[in-house]
Amino acid sequence: MLYDVIMAGFGGQGVLLIGDLLAFAAMREGRQVTWMPAYGVEMRGGAANCTVIISDRKIGSPLSVEPAALIAMSQPGLVKFRERVRPGGLMVINTSLADPESVARNDVEVVGLPANEIATEELNDPKNANMVVLGAFITKSGAVSFEKTLDSLSAFLPPERQRLAEGIARALQRGKLFAQEGR
Amino acid sequence: MEERIMLKGSVALAEGALTAGCRYYFGYPITPQNDIPEYLSLHMPERGGVFIQAESEVASINMLLGAAAAGARAMTSSSGPGISLMQEGLSYMAGSELPCVVVNITRSGPGLGGISPTQGDYKQATCGGGHGDYYLIVLAPSSVQEMYDLTIRGFELADKYRNPVMILGDAILGQMKEPVTLRDAKPVTYDKPWALTGPKGRKPQLVKSLYLKDGEMEVHNWKLAEKYRRLAEEDTMVEVDEDADADIAVVAYGSCARIVISAVEMAREEGIRVSRIRPITLYPFPSGEIRRVSEKVGRFLTVEMNTGQMVRDVRLSVAPGCDVRLLARPGGAIPTPQQILAEIRKALE
Amino acid sequence: MKQVFKRPETLIKTTTHFCPGCHHGTVHRLVAEAIDRLGVREDTIGVAGVGCGVFLYDYLAVDVCEAPHGRAPAVATGIKRVNPEKIVFTYQGDGDLASIGMSEVVHTANRGENITVIFVNNSVYGMTGGQMAPTTLLGQQTTTSPRGRDFHYDGYPIRMAEMLATLEGVAFAARVAVDKPANLRKAKQAVNTAFEMQAKNMGFTFVELLSACPTNWYMTPLAALRRIEEEMIPYYPLGIFRQRKAADYL
Repeated sequence: MLYDVIMAGFGGQGVLLIGDLLAFAAMREGRQVTWMPAYGVEMRGGAANCTVIISDRKIGSPLSVEPAALIAMSQPGLVKFRERVRPGGLMVINTSLADPESVARNDVEVVGLPANEIATEELNDPKNANMVVLGAFITKSGAVSFEKTLDSLSAFLPPERQRLAEGIARALQRGKLFAQEGR
Repeated sequence: MEERIMLKGSVALAEGALTAGCRYYFGYPITPQNDIPEYLSLHMPERGGVFIQAESEVASINMLLGAAAAGARAMTSSSGPGISLMQEGLSYMAGSELPCVVVNITRSGPGLGGISPTQGDYKQATCGGGHGDYYLIVLAPSSVQEMYDLTIRGFELADKYRNPVMILGDAILGQMKEPVTLRDAKPVTYDKPWALTGPKGRKPQLVKSLYLKDGEMEVHNWKLAEKYRRLAEEDTMVEVDEDADADIAVVAYGSCARIVISAVEMAREEGIRVSRIRPITLYPFPSGEIRRVSEKVGRFLTVEMNTGQMVRDVRLSVAPGCDVRLLARPGGAIPTPQQILAEIRKALE
Repeated sequence: MKQVFKRPETLIKTTTHFCPGCHHGTVHRLVAEAIDRLGVREDTIGVAGVGCGVFLYDYLAVDVCEAPHGRAPAVATGIKRVNPEKIVFTYQGDGDLASIGMSEVVHTANRGENITVIFVNNSVYGMTGGQMAPTTLLGQQTTTSPRGRDFHYDGYPIRMAEMLATLEGVAFAARVAVDKPANLRKAKQAVNTAFEMQAKNMGFTFVELLSACPTNWYMTPLAALRRIEEEMIPYYPLGIFRQRKAADYL
């Protein structure tokens, strides 16, 4: 089985980081995985995106033309990739900064959550809005095991960032809850 | 299962150099390969090595020449325009029979070009690149694991043949992260009795590429040619994913070969019989394997991220009458698996 | 009886290819004497630039690496970084060092690489047949300045020793001449000092030697000696332009 997802947003939102964590968790599950950041003028601030591909077999192209899923952290990220998601695919949208109405498709599953509000107001942890979205994505997609992702956090974070593990775990849990209960 | 760690291609390559015993890095910044000097500037001194940011690529390659002449494993990395500046030094190093590893994380050109993935430097890399009758050993990794493994292999081959080795990558291979298994085995090393260390207890030694006496240069050229012949015989590397009843064979290297894997999977799902050939050494080119496959398969498709450079080597390699087609995407454009599949279908019409 | 003069051990007993009146042989001897004086012949690696000095390896009994035109200081950097305990020097002419190799020598000096650069300034390209060099004097006729060097087209002769003396990485920068015994004694002293300072890890040392090229000056050897005194020294003053007292950069 091959699962591919594009994650898009603004630079600084931690889009590449959640891709990195997802890929790391998949590797810890013993699967094949590639993580490919957007490369080009976009690297100089502005937009950021990455593609993560998880498979049980050797992975060919690390790029996806029609991904199974999109995580949109921003409106430009949503607009750029909304046409490309495969019919029957999944879109997880940060409604704090992107409008799910603008998807304008009825052949994909859309999950919207106000990640910035949740992170800022509920968790008092605005930097982890990306992790709230990742938690919801993992829960909805089943791309990797949620528990394994939590387990891999300490191995994922470098020694000097271990103190961040707790906040990230909390944000992932909150995203999971949202995906399950819709609030 | 051995432990896998997630590494960026550039970092895997740098770790490969350190594993190979490279302790000298000289380089000049250029996008998209800066991850390599940035990583090594931090980690080379930790392993007792020397990192110097040179004033230009011209200086980098000549510092490399000096370090190699002194017997060390040394490396530089750059991208297209910087590699062009290094051609003088590479020619001198090939002429002086000095080993080194030079990494080219390509950018599209000519000129300042762009920084997106490309294979536009195939010709420069495989035809020597500088003046005179010589070749570089050119290795083309296709995964992050190979960025690590082939860098180690590169240092071994450089010393074995006393010739510069080029690792030819691109922004996809440099930026991508994949699981990597680091190896325990020690790299192969070679004695270097020719190294310049001062003539203590022996006669003075000389490293040079100047041959002015009658007939001397021809002798030297034939010596180099014999070395390249032996290299082709002993160390050509190629990956062949063969279908015994294939109707077509697809040839691609590097990051492009990854996209071809996806296209070939799609084709096979449709019932198309297709073989896949991936040159790992671009020089020496795996002509023998291509010829062998072409005896059975009448149609070839070469896929390249340039206007068509490797296709000439494929055409020179195949059996007479074999139809060799080209799917070319230059200037930083990347072919999609769907596009390659369409080309395979078209070739079989 | 005490022997007071002999061929330096570092100088190979052979006939050189240099023209009559050429000073390369003299400069080779100064380098050989400096190496003998420190007793470091077996620990010395020379880097030969492109020019008449390229055949260094035929005359000096040390290890030698040939460098591409102008790149000797970069090559020497690589050798010295691998062998920090060895003595490493470059031997370069004015075309090699002050024209095509300007960038390499300036940055090597600025890094304070602990090497010695021997710079033979005879104001002309010798090996390629007498073309204009960056150190060719104004009005001097060469095969590529047949009407004499004209600053409108060719700029001005470059004073390398003074220029490098401005760099913090430089431990020693001097200009000497080898035209007569009094100057030769000072030249010998400067070359000795440069190698000695390298042996003490004091940083980049540079000696510019004003020398004659009678063949490409279209002069007799004696007239060439007079030209050094009358034309070169007035434009290229002799002296020590920088000399660090201690190895510490501060």
